[in-house]
Amino acid sequence: MIGPGKYFVEGDVAAAYGAIMAGCRFFAGYPITPASEITQAMAELLPKYGGKFLQMEDEIASISAIIGASWAGIKSMTATSGPGFSLMQENIGYAAMTETPIVIIDVQRAGPAIGQATRPAQGDVMQSRFGSHGDYENIVLSPNSVQEMFDLAVKSFNLAERFRVPVILLSDAEVGHMMERLNVPEKVEILERKRAVTFEETTKWGEDLIPPMGRFGDGLELIVTGSTHKPDGTRDTGEPDVQDQLVRRLINKIEKNRNLIEDWEEIDSEDADYLIVSYGASSRPSKGAFMKLRERGLKIGYFRPRVLWPAPEKRLYELSERVKKVFLTEMSLRGYRMEIEKIFPKSVIHIPKVNGKVHSVKEVLSSIEVSI
Amino acid sequence: MPFTVKDIMIKKDLCKGCGICIDVCPRNVLTGSDEINEYGLYYPMVSDLKRCIVCRLCELYCPDFAVEVHV
Amino acid sequence: MSGIITTEYIREKYLRRLPTAFCPGCGDGQILGALIRAIEQLNIPKNEIVTVSGIGCSAWIPSPYLRIDSLHTTHGRPIAFATGVKAANPKLKVIVVTGDGDAVGIGGNHLLHAARTNIGLTVIMVNNAVYAMTGGQVAPTTPHEAKTSTTPYGNPAFNLNVSEVVAAAGASYVARWTTWHINRLIESIKKAMNKKGFSFIEVISQCPTYGGRLLNMDHIEMLHYFRDNFRENADGMFRIGEFVDVEKPELTDELEKLIMKVKS
Repeated sequence: MIGPGKYFVEGDVAAAYGAIMAGCRFFAGYPITPASEITQAMAELLPKYGGKFLQMEDEIASISAIIGASWAGIKSMTATSGPGFSLMQENIGYAAMTETPIVIIDVQRAGPAIGQATRPAQGDVMQSRFGSHGDYENIVLSPNSVQEMFDLAVKSFNLAERFRVPVILLSDAEVGHMMERLNVPEKVEILERKRAVTFEETTKWGEDLIPPMGRFGDGLELIVTGSTHKPDGTRDTGEPDVQDQLVRRLINKIEKNRNLIEDWEEIDSEDADYLIVSYGASSRPSKGAFMKLRERGLKIGYFRPRVLWPAPEKRLYELSERVKKVFLTEMSLRGYRMEIEKIFPKSVIHIPKVNGKVHSVKEVLSSIEVSI
Repeated sequence: MPFTVKDIMIKKDLCKGCGICIDVCPRNVLTGSDEINEYGLYYPMVSDLKRCIVCRLCELYCPDFAVEVHV
Repeated sequence: MSGIITTEYIREKYLRRLPTAFCPGCGDGQILGALIRAIEQLNIPKNEIVTVSGIGCSAWIPSPYLRIDSLHTTHGRPIAFATGVKAANPKLKVIVVTGDGDAVGIGGNHLLHAARTNIGLTVIMVNNAVYAMTGGQVAPTTPHEAKTSTTPYGNPAFNLNVSEVVAAAGASYVARWTTWHINRLIESIKKAMNKKGFSFIEVISQCPTYGGRLLNMDHIEMLHYFRDNFRENADGMFRIGEFVDVEKPELTDELEKLIMKVKS
């Protein structure tokens, strides 16, 4: 059992601890490097907590099973990496359309295709947000330490339950496989979904645009469908207004609540002329470089989104008023670039690294130095 | 315990005129009608109620829950 | 119930709305009726049942017509979704209604593994030998040389005998019927739902629109064809009846046992 205290574990294992502490009691997964350690940890831990673990025949089955389990009222999760994450995309859209709270951990590895199974990368940032077809919104979190694998796993469940969306914990092989101290607190804050007691309740929502969720077996006679449906769940694929209202609400329930979701770490940006933006594993050398540059007296700030999607746009737009140059460090040629260039159209210096290794502090420093 | 039929009702608004009920009836109680329903389909009608033995095959085979055998 | 379930009663208790969207003479409506009669005869409370379906005409049998919790999922995946529902709450009777394209075309792997793990689902697979919803294309169940909209010169490939495959994969109960054999089908669904492990029923069904166009038969001729050709002592695809009926350990039971073992 996971008691409060200090542990020395891998990031993947810490995420499994976090999931258990958040109340996850069903896990369906398929082995893949570098996420297998999460699957193994869940297989070991879940029975101790009365939870169920299933190794499925593939990643499509895994995400299908956790959606099914979520409708049966159990907090559910799966974990994978690039190739498996690609296979899951259709059902991520299904979870968004049916407003099913689930958590998917993607421990990113270098791609495309099979790529480098054991090496870290951050090439799934856009996929984690836009991977499934059609208009939808989900939430994506980015941990940069073993402690955050735990903390953000808990947070992922809370966000999924609260907003009834698929939440993706977007880690990478570096953070997933590194070992660090993990501090498990006495108590973690846990949110539960709003549960509907009558069928009527499932068809209505308040200002937050999130209807309470029914549960299979409660006699509510629920209709859950991935087709365009009316608020009561009945399929209606012909009426233009039904599609329009449904899709707008799915987007707006995140869009209008984004101030409740956005989360970032920000240091010394108040007087900054320059800003380092980074996330996940690459934020660690970036922070090192930032500290060195600050020591030298350069007016530089450090900005690390913990929630990648929805992006902390409001704060970044505020910073764009004074910041002259933005250095974006990431393990991808695409990654978060479009988002940052949207906010800082002419001032982004991109510092990507795509050889399956994390930047060194020196590399970040020299890239910044040549641009100043 | 044998039943005697009172009435066989075809719900015109549900019938799609497939004719399966007419086909499965072992006693030829039902027959095609000359009238069409609102979908423009020929629904069945009862030609000889006395022959009905209440086997309810018409109810059982109807894909559209449109046949009611009243006893 | 005294055994007689009236149409009025079925409409009132089990159906959300009518008419269905199925074509005139489609077997899907008959299978819906058979499923309802089986549930009613078993006297299972509706809140103890969850229906799961995928994509295709057959997926519409439970969703949205059946007034029972229903999960209408992505193409090919209903068995995987149902696995999650069943594992999360093993007290529920989970019924998957799927088609031949859904269950063995795109979703064949899930079917095999559900049979292998013997998870306590009841799968009703409607087999009309064609992809009907999308316009009558060739399916894994389409016979050799049959013309479909994607095999205009005849099917060069061969069809799968699904029930035999599922039997070989380890299911606890496997049966095949046709829409002509409604009473046998109802009895079979009842047996399947009471089965502890994985139960699978294949229902050969008529597609009046595409099946009919390609076979040059109407739905009544197809029903007669089922009546005249499908036999319990027949071979290959024409064999109906129960293929497997055994008792063996079921997956969610085993999971519960595992939890007890680990906890103690």
